Amino acid sequence: MTDALWLAILGMFVATYTVRASFIVFGQKLRFPPAVVQALGHVPVAVLTAIVVPEAIAPGGQVDLSPTNPYLVGTLVAGLVAWKSRRILVAVLVSFVVFGMMRWLA
Amino acid sequence: MPDRFSAAFAGLRDTIPLTVGTTPFAVIFGTLVVSAGLPPEMALALSAIVFAGSAQFISISLISGGAALPVIWLTTFVINLRHALYSATVQPVTKAWPLPWRVLGAFWLTDECFAVFERRLQTAGERDTLPYYMGSTISFYLNWIGWTAVGAYLGNRIPGVATLGLDFAMIATFAAMIAPQLKAITPVAVAATAGSVAWLAQGLPYKLGLMLAALAGVAVGVGLDCCRRRLAVEEAA
Repeated sequence: MTDALWLAILGMFVATYTVRASFIVFGQKLRFPPAVVQALGHVPVAVLTAIVVPEAIAPGGQVDLSPTNPYLVGTLVAGLVAWKSRRILVAVLVSFVVFGMMRWLA
Repeated sequence: MPDRFSAAFAGLRDTIPLTVGTTPFAVIFGTLVVSAGLPPEMALALSAIVFAGSAQFISISLISGGAALPVIWLTTFVINLRHALYSATVQPVTKAWPLPWRVLGAFWLTDECFAVFERRLQTAGERDTLPYYMGSTISFYLNWIGWTAVGAYLGNRIPGVATLGLDFAMIATFAAMIAPQLKAITPVAVAATAGSVAWLAQGLPYKLGLMLAALAGVAVGVGLDCCRRRLAVEEAA
């Protein structure tokens, strides 16, 4: 493994551990302002969408909005099933079957 | 059997459904690392040292996309911020633990084990919380590492694994996590903003578009919250 990879891991460890340890280790000396807590509530949707959209519309780096793009169709299926059923594992499985059929059978 | 042991065992037992549920993701993660052209040790090191599923998956797509180190670190931090809320939630209970156990226990605070621990506190109260937590988290941790190793091994053995499209597992999971939340106007606006900016900013180097899109999304969310608060105040007046 290269130094850059170890450095990436080390920084990720710090970024993960400090957040988890925050209150458990440092106790009630920490306090978030309410505005920060409210902003934090929007973080998961914003970050996950920002990750998913480019990967779904341009899996190879080129934008492909056609119905033959398995990443785009699969993502829409995953979202739709989860939206309807609220069952994440089911949504992932169904979308994986659709993705697999488009990817491996086409 | 002393109470401590039975509590530790109860922790392990109560976590089994989640341990089993995350196993496929551990395998896929290990395989994905190898199929992205990274060394198999990378998969093990991430699972053993970082131990944060979604951040691990994202880091692979960031690293293979040529992201700068600060972008990788900052993304990890932002994605894991929700753990601060878990940390705050369990703090009233964990403050009774000796410091070394708190330092160690914090490392294993995942979404899954937090959920199990919370349920235990509500049903069984605050007896033997430390052995229960350790039984739950350590078994979950070892399972995650073990199946990551299996995935990395398979990734090395299966020919053409890079073309299977395993990276879709992460995208599908994220899409499935977002979608159920898109039932009110604010999260829809947040997602629409983040998605559009991510699309438009795709060409930016070091995957900076991701940060820009996330910030834009959160800004819109905060803006809408402010609007709503002002409306509520006016109505009350």
